[in-house]
Amino acid sequence: MTQSAPTKSAGLFGYRLSPVGSIAFLVILFWAVIAIFGPQIAPYPVGKIVDMDYFGPMSAKFWLGSDYLGRDMLSRIILGARYTLGIALAGVLIASTTGVVLGMAAAVVGGWFDTLLSRLMDALISIPSKLFGLVVVAAVGSSLPALILTLAVIYVPGAYRFARALAVNVNTMDFITVARIRGENTLYLAISEILPNIIRPVLADFGLRFVFIVLLLSGLSFLGLGVQPPLADWGALVHENIQGLSLGAAAVIAPSLAIASLTISVNLLIDDLPRKIRDRSA
Amino acid sequence: MNADIASMIGKRLGLSALTLLIVSFAVFVATNLLPGDTATILLGQAATPEAVAGLRQAMHLDDPAVFRFLRWLAGAVTGDFGTSYANNMPIATLIAGRFVNTMELAGLTAVIAVPLALTLGITAAVLRGTLYDRIVAVLTIGVISVPEFVVASTAVLLFAVYLKWLPAISFVNEVHSLTDLLRMYAMPVVTLTFVVSAQIIRMTRAAVIETLSMPYVEMALLKGASRSRIVLRHALPNSLGPIVNALALSLSYLIGGVIIIETIFNYPGIAKLMVDAVATRDLPLIQTCALIFCLGYLILITIADIIAILSNPRLR
Amino acid sequence: MTKLVDIRNLRVEATTDAGRRIEIIKGVDLDIAKGEIVALIGESGSGKTTIALTLMGHTRPGCRISGGTVLVDGKDMAALPERERAALRGCEVAYVPQSAAAAFNPSQTIMDQVIEVTQIHGSMPRDKARQRAIELFKALSLPSPDTIGGRYPHQVSGGQLQRLAAAMALIGDPKLVIFDEPTTALDVTTQIDVLKAFKSVMKSGGIAGVYVSHDLAVVAQIADRIVVLKGGEVQEEGRTQAILATPAHPYTQELLAAFEPKETQFAAAPAEKARPLLEVENVISGYGVVQSDGLPLVKAVRSVNLSVEKGRNLGIIGESGCGKSTLARSIAGILPASAGNIIFNGHELDYAARRRTHDQLREMQIVFQYADTALNPAKPIEEILGRPLTFYHGLKGQARSARVDALLDMVRLPKSLRHRHPSELSGGQKQRVNFARALAADPRLIICDEITSALDTVVAGAVIELLKELQRELDLSYIFISHDLSVVEAICDEVMVMYRGEKVEHLTREDIASPRHPYSKLLFASVPKLDPTWLDNLVLEPELVRQYGGA
Repeated sequence: MTQSAPTKSAGLFGYRLSPVGSIAFLVILFWAVIAIFGPQIAPYPVGKIVDMDYFGPMSAKFWLGSDYLGRDMLSRIILGARYTLGIALAGVLIASTTGVVLGMAAAVVGGWFDTLLSRLMDALISIPSKLFGLVVVAAVGSSLPALILTLAVIYVPGAYRFARALAVNVNTMDFITVARIRGENTLYLAISEILPNIIRPVLADFGLRFVFIVLLLSGLSFLGLGVQPPLADWGALVHENIQGLSLGAAAVIAPSLAIASLTISVNLLIDDLPRKIRDRSA
Repeated sequence: MNADIASMIGKRLGLSALTLLIVSFAVFVATNLLPGDTATILLGQAATPEAVAGLRQAMHLDDPAVFRFLRWLAGAVTGDFGTSYANNMPIATLIAGRFVNTMELAGLTAVIAVPLALTLGITAAVLRGTLYDRIVAVLTIGVISVPEFVVASTAVLLFAVYLKWLPAISFVNEVHSLTDLLRMYAMPVVTLTFVVSAQIIRMTRAAVIETLSMPYVEMALLKGASRSRIVLRHALPNSLGPIVNALALSLSYLIGGVIIIETIFNYPGIAKLMVDAVATRDLPLIQTCALIFCLGYLILITIADIIAILSNPRLR
Repeated sequence: MTKLVDIRNLRVEATTDAGRRIEIIKGVDLDIAKGEIVALIGESGSGKTTIALTLMGHTRPGCRISGGTVLVDGKDMAALPERERAALRGCEVAYVPQSAAAAFNPSQTIMDQVIEVTQIHGSMPRDKARQRAIELFKALSLPSPDTIGGRYPHQVSGGQLQRLAAAMALIGDPKLVIFDEPTTALDVTTQIDVLKAFKSVMKSGGIAGVYVSHDLAVVAQIADRIVVLKGGEVQEEGRTQAILATPAHPYTQELLAAFEPKETQFAAAPAEKARPLLEVENVISGYGVVQSDGLPLVKAVRSVNLSVEKGRNLGIIGESGCGKSTLARSIAGILPASAGNIIFNGHELDYAARRRTHDQLREMQIVFQYADTALNPAKPIEEILGRPLTFYHGLKGQARSARVDALLDMVRLPKSLRHRHPSELSGGQKQRVNFARALAADPRLIICDEITSALDTVVAGAVIELLKELQRELDLSYIFISHDLSVVEAICDEVMVMYRGEKVEHLTREDIASPRHPYSKLLFASVPKLDPTWLDNLVLEPELVRQYGGA
């Protein structure tokens, strides 16, 4: 285990991972495969009522039992992975890209552009994320594109602040001054001089932000305001089956464990990175 | 020097006020993005055009958005939050009792979580690298990685389903005895404490470790100071600012947590009210609840910033 | 004399980031007699501070004592349990840190921290400790000794803090005091006062000391014996006089050679007055809000004139905060000047680099002090050197690659370095790459801002030699900015002295030995000499010191 760990998961950031880090990496990989090949893997059609009993126990036929209507939980979780991972990934891609582009622009351009943008982002960041989600969902509804965009908008200010702080630090370095008085333009400064120096922490931040978005998405779905039936992400699965909680039903526990395994793995993987990469300034 | 402090605090308060204005405008804009016409939604599809027009008139819906925002803001400042669409009651009445309930839940959690988490966070930093530190680290990372409802369901499974110490879901609305009180608060408070403490522990530990790496801490060690003296006299006074900041940020998780916890435990607080309002699209109610939460959060971080300013020795 | 310290076969191990263990102190022996001051001298990474700290039984995080004994007054600091070590720290052995500014707790008053040692060890009551502290403040010639203790660290200057740190060390009546580069961060005029204060207190108290430094001249003033270290091993040790007069080890000889003035052929003054390469007239620049008169709130440079002839070098010297770097940045257009004229190559330059032409930017290059921040850590050397070639000269592919090789060759670096990243180079190598990048532009003028200050003495000497050779080959002019008179003397045809934003004197090579302005006199007289009697014989006019010394 310890022997094979470094070779198995080097490459990701170019650093060796501890055994814990490699397990975390494998769990993430596992869920990614499930999300991609979901329909081929799922043992039963996702919407079909296959069990006579509702909240059926775990059995050889239904590995994770059945839900409140008697549908197969395993199939629903396998298909749910697509929504949880897909929506969160789309959201975090938009949020981080926007945040990093704006953050670098603010650092390099400076002046009133930086002041105005930073003030606006500071104000946005002072709206608690779950609240923001509730208000926007109330206003524009819970269609998948609206949901992705809402999640992205909520986490842009954080990504912006993080990238800007890093870029501002790099921007004070003498090599930037040298490039400036060489006559280089702003685009070159941002892409060629600053970006290579902040990309690793930005990727680590990408991972953390992915976790935040998974948590918020699950929370909204749990409140019944995220992914709407007949579709269901893992949060929505818990929402549907919450009545089974007092029975200790697998239908509540299994999707909760699925979320926890994904988010804890991402956090552990990032925690395993060298300190200088994961240090957060914001 | 004192004039400096006063002006910095003044600036900070001004900034908070400005932020509150921007935030309330954002909330107002967001809730007015609603596709479709509010009057039509209220009256239903079958309403006659005349009725819709009349209602629009009555609700000033034809005025420019800025006027509507200012009118709403002026109302909010004087305590008039408007009328609920859903049941035509004044929002102030709907909220009053619920607000107290939420404050009780949040306050009780803070009273338990803050001292507990500070102790754990500081001791983990001081005993960095030991088994104790690692156990605390694994537990906190576990809790913060997981949605609040998972923490809540785990607590229910553990304390109610398997151990049977506490009732699973509290439907108690009136408190008659100590048992009722326990029934009402125990599970929500336990869950929230877990969620909030994990954040505080993590941030406090980081802040104290940062200060412990300062040269003046090494200097104290080289004077022969004991470990407790180093921590109490040299590290903690200088990490006060960051710790308070961490506290304020963590307590903001309380707001997110409250929304989920009140729903899962059916607790009659303001967050549950808001979630229900979102389901019925009761806009004035959503606006007011959102504003209350934002205000609470802003007050917390403003207090934290002011303490940070006051605790900076360079400003003495 | 009886031995106070007896270190035998000391070994210290460090754990690297990758988890490997390396030995950084490799079997060091060291004796110190009672009342004797021993200097540990060596370049960065030689292990001098590590050895000094083991005298208190302390190692920095990631390090540990892996072998040997460290006897201090008969007790083995390497073997004692932590509690017993703590009981000795501050009373038997005390420590004066390199940066007193960082070693004082910002949230306590100075007095509380100075007397903390007596409170920890319960050696004297509070009132008595305060009195003792005030006596020490007087002995260390601190201003207003009765009240200075009531201030917070940020309210006191660097030179004063350094002396307060000494008071903090001496209050426990230690038998041994460790000075860890205590004057390195100070200006020379301040350093004199601090050194004098240290020396008199140590001698009058008969206290033994370990003085850690990289500066032979400073050490010569205060130490009885010198131990020369390199790579965690003792190279040579002996009485101060003996080491200075007859160094045996090659490394010691190299260190001493760096102090010898080099024979240099300077260009003869131009026969006919050609137009200077650079003329700066009445330049004013600074920071902060622009006032109604169009000038900045804080004027760092107040109306300075200078000129640089083609093929000749101008040195600018002055202490920290005198405006020399601001002047350099204004000439280069990094910090646009607020007033005055900058005429380069016969053309008036715009204040801001942004509005200068491609060729104007190319012909004037600036090289910064810290190669660590001046080279992009994410790029290989060939990319760093190649970019100006492409940008200014449009070189690509083979031609660019050949030119990069040529540049590396010019600064005497092997071609194989081109694929490395800056973090894989030594300090001297990085500074050479930093300089090669300026050469890549084919400039006529290079502004060198303290480029040798962050380097070890021997390495710095080699860089200066390189600069001189390149000047002869490439027909360059330098503006050489430094706080170190010897560096400027070694390379410059003319020297200008700055004080508080103004040029106070302009000296040619001929009259550099006899400055006329009182500040120049004080500054030049304050540069430590290798002669061990220099400090004791140094007489500075009190009037001068009061007016200009000690910031």
